[in-house]
Amino acid sequence: MKHFLLAAALGLSAPAAMACETVTIGDLTIEHAWSKATLGAARPGVFYVEITNTGSTDDALVGISSPAAGMPMLHETVVQDGIASMPHAMSIPVPAGQGVQLSPGGYHGMLMGLTTALKEGDSFPVTLSFEKAGEVTVNVDVLSLRAEGPDCADAGQ
Amino acid sequence: MRLRSFQIVLWIAATAAVIAFAAVRWGPALDDTAAAAPAFPTAFALADSEGRMRTTDEFRGKFLLVFFGFTSCPDVCPTTLSEVAQVMDDLGSDAGSVQPIFISIDPERDRRLGLADYTKAFHPAILGLAGSEEETEAAAASFKIFYEREADSSSPDGYTMAHSSGLYLIGPDGAWLRQFTYGTPAAEILSDLQSRL
Ligand SMILES: [Cu+2]
Repeated sequence: MKHFLLAAALGLSAPAAMACETVTIGDLTIEHAWSKATLGAARPGVFYVEITNTGSTDDALVGISSPAAGMPMLHETVVQDGIASMPHAMSIPVPAGQGVQLSPGGYHGMLMGLTTALKEGDSFPVTLSFEKAGEVTVNVDVLSLRAEGPDCADAGQ
Repeated sequence: MRLRSFQIVLWIAATAAVIAFAAVRWGPALDDTAAAAPAFPTAFALADSEGRMRTTDEFRGKFLLVFFGFTSCPDVCPTTLSEVAQVMDDLGSDAGSVQPIFISIDPERDRRLGLADYTKAFHPAILGLAGSEEETEAAAASFKIFYEREADSSSPDGYTMAHSSGLYLIGPDGAWLRQFTYGTPAAEILSDLQSRL
C-alpha cells in the first residue's frame, strides 16, 4: 500500500520502464542512478550516479533534492588509516572532459528523512543541482540491499 | 681467540637487534596494510537483539568474521555486510563452521532501530550484537579497533560514527588471525576461509 502511495504521489509508472535511463543537461550526461532498498524509513537511504562532463568547463554538483527524502545531503566516505568516516561534501567536482562517480565507498547522496521505505523495484526522482549547468532530474532505480551497482547493458561496472 | 669471542658477542648483539626490530615492525598494527599480524586473544560480552548476553566462549570451535559498524550507515556498512552475505552463501556446506558477527558501535540507536531485522536482511546467519557503552568499548579495545562519535548536522540525529572499517577473522580458539580491509572482494575472503577449513 505504501509502495502504491509513493508511486502515486511521485507520479511513477512501471519500474522496468525507468531502468537505466540517461539524461543530459548542457555538457553533462547523468546515468546509472541507483539506490538500495531500505528497512523502513527511519534509516537513511543512499543515492549513487555517474556524471560525465564532455565540455571544456569544470562544473560541480552542489546539491540534491527529492520528494522521497526530506533531508538529502551529499557525503563522501573517506577511509583513512583503516578508519571510515563520512564527512559532508559541500560540492563534488565534475571536471571538464572527465566526470565523477557517486559509488559505494566514495561520494554518495545520503537520503535522510525518507517519506517511505525504499522498496526494490521502485524508482523515485532526484534533482541534481550543478553550479553551472543548473538543475536536472533523474529517475533512480531502487535495487536490492545487497546490490553492488545497476545491471544496465551499458553500465561501466 | 679473544677476537673470536668478541665476534660472537657482536653477532649475538646484532641478532638481538634484528629480533627487537622485527617485534616492533611486525607487532599488532592497526593500519589497513597489516593484513597479517601475530595472533592475540579477542573477547566480547554483548547483548543480541533479544537481550541475551553473547560471549566469545560460545563460538569456540568456529571461525568468526567480525565487523564493527552502525545501521544508519548507508554506504560502508552495507557493502561489507553484502560481502559477508556472499561469502556465507558461497561457503555452502562449510557455512556452519563460520559465524559472521556485526557489532554495533552505535548501540543505543541501533537497538531502537532494530538490529536483527537489519542483519537478517543481508543474511540470516549474521548475528547482530549491541551492548552497553562500556561493553562496546571493551569489545573494541579487545579487537584493537577505533570508533568515535562525530557531531555532524548533515547526518541523522545530528551525529555520525567514524569507525575501523576492516573485517576481522577470528580463529576457533578465539585468537585474532587477520583483517580484510574495506573493499576486499567476497571471493578473496572465501578462498582465505576455504584454505583454513
Ligand atoms: Cu553518508
